[in-house]
Amino acid sequence: MKIVVTVKLVPDPNAEKRIDPTTKRLVRTGVETVLNPYDEYALEAGLQLKERAGGDSRVTVFSMGSAALKETLRRALAMGADDALVLSDTALEGSDVWASAYAMAKALSTLEFDLLIVGGLTDDSSTGAVPGALAEHLGLPCITNARKIDVGDGKLEVERETDVGYQIVRGSLPVLITTALTFGEPRYASLKGIMGAKKKTIGTIGVSDLSLDLPVGTSGSKTELRSFAPPPARGKGRTVEAADGVAGATSIFEFLREKKFV
Amino acid sequence: MDFDLTDEQKAIQSLAREFASEEVAPRAEEMDREERFPYDLVAKMAELGFMGLPFSEEYGGAGADTVSYALAVMEIARADASTAITMAAHVSLGATPFYLFGTEKQKQQYLVPLARGEKLWGFGLTEPNAGSDAGNVQTKAELRDGRWLINGTKAFITNSGTDITGGTTITAVTGKRADGSREISNIIVPQDTPGFSRSRKYRKMGWRASDTRELSFVDAAVPEENLLGPRGEGYRQFLSILDGGRISVAALSIGLALGAYDQALAYSKERHAFGKPISKFQAISFKLVDMLTQIEHAKLMMLRAAWEKDEGRDYVQAASFAKLFAGELSHRVVNEALQIHGGYGFMDEYPISRMYRDQKINEIGEGTNEVQRLVLARLMGL
Repeated sequence: MKIVVTVKLVPDPNAEKRIDPTTKRLVRTGVETVLNPYDEYALEAGLQLKERAGGDSRVTVFSMGSAALKETLRRALAMGADDALVLSDTALEGSDVWASAYAMAKALSTLEFDLLIVGGLTDDSSTGAVPGALAEHLGLPCITNARKIDVGDGKLEVERETDVGYQIVRGSLPVLITTALTFGEPRYASLKGIMGAKKKTIGTIGVSDLSLDLPVGTSGSKTELRSFAPPPARGKGRTVEAADGVAGATSIFEFLREKKFV
Repeated sequence: MDFDLTDEQKAIQSLAREFASEEVAPRAEEMDREERFPYDLVAKMAELGFMGLPFSEEYGGAGADTVSYALAVMEIARADASTAITMAAHVSLGATPFYLFGTEKQKQQYLVPLARGEKLWGFGLTEPNAGSDAGNVQTKAELRDGRWLINGTKAFITNSGTDITGGTTITAVTGKRADGSREISNIIVPQDTPGFSRSRKYRKMGWRASDTRELSFVDAAVPEENLLGPRGEGYRQFLSILDGGRISVAALSIGLALGAYDQALAYSKERHAFGKPISKFQAISFKLVDMLTQIEHAKLMMLRAAWEKDEGRDYVQAASFAKLFAGELSHRVVNEALQIHGGYGFMDEYPISRMYRDQKINEIGEGTNEVQRLVLARLMGL
């Protein structure tokens, strides 16, 4: 079975972030780059399916972004992916969901795969729209929010996480699946994996390697970021001053009831 | 000069840091309180490759270098010294003797399961009356009818009595040389050897979740082939094992100091006094600055010793410098870190109280502060 997992390189989710007011883009310098945490679940799904399928199954990691950061993908290889491909080109800068998904789809269509597994969201832009757009561009069925994937004899059964429980969806390959965070904790990259990863290849392609019919980057984008604002600073909060414990507890309880917490 | 770690070293350090903070740190307090050996953590460390980190892949190891090993020990000690010493003693003292001096057959038989972390192994040098004076070993092994007959006692032996311990390699007097001096050899003693028994675990001030025992040998017999390395080379062999072990004890000390610093830093930002966080007072912030300055200093010394070992150079002096400095530094740092916690630091529910107890052994184990000075004085030609 051939599995491709898309991975985005994002600034460390725990780091303070800043948006450049001129470019309106996230400042990526000076912040450590990591694998998008949601994509680690997609990778875990891919690796589990590869292990179960056995044989000559492979997991290829695909990423679109800066080639300078591609060594960060070594972590995905250390976790167990077999190789990686990076689509990198300055012409892609400023691509919105539509243009990104178009370029990614063009690059992904050069790879053979049965399953394309995508994280449900990215930690930096958080649109959640790329998986659907990718499926559309690739002409693939799309099953979102998978918490369990079973593949056997070319047949596919997926448990989809929903607000009220889960659905069982059956389908055929090839398919695009997005993973839910309930899929299972992503594995650690073992020492053997880390030592083995340095021998694995991270390939790079650019826009000229793809047969694009439409523009990409800012000019190929259908949306434009007009303005942005940091989240409002949290207020100071309310301090309860009371004559005694009972009065204090009462006023806190009133507050909780008013907010419908109790 | 290049101070950058390789991508691989960085990846191993961050794996160890993640593992330590997610799996080890949340358990440290309970393991210490209940003096419980963490079998499940050891199994996880084995699965990830930590238990055979610096050994080559052909013997079941991960094939990483000494710098990576030191960084891994440091990160795990930052979360819990007991777990770190379990790993470090296993690698540096339990498995390394086989790696350095074992025959191919011994490596296959003993080293492979140790490097995979399926079994643990002890290293029995210290005796009730032979600590710093390690040459004064009293345990005797007599070759009789193709077997070594061992009699004696070993003290403070780490990893010697867990459910997954395979045995202990001990130093013993195996005869007299022509010049009348005592001949010391290393002998492999599997756990199920008749006449070899272990005491209950010691009750310790620190490292309470690690397994430390006294070993006793009463006519314990092992086959002649259980000699490790050439007969009479025991003294030279254990000195070289201890040289390497100093790098990991330096790493343990620095890790513990970093862990104490982490605690003090977090506490000083949370704790308010006189209307502001206590980290804003120079009395506290200067302490934190001094702590981190010295930790950085020790880290450089440790990394240099590890690097020299990786480069195949004579690293003995660098390792002794690092061990001496790091051991004493960890004393100063845990002391100041606890002081910053005030009365809360004296309470068991704060990790700093455990760290304070775990620290002292860093100045004793693997060569006391005084022995380090002795080693260094000799190396300096004094």
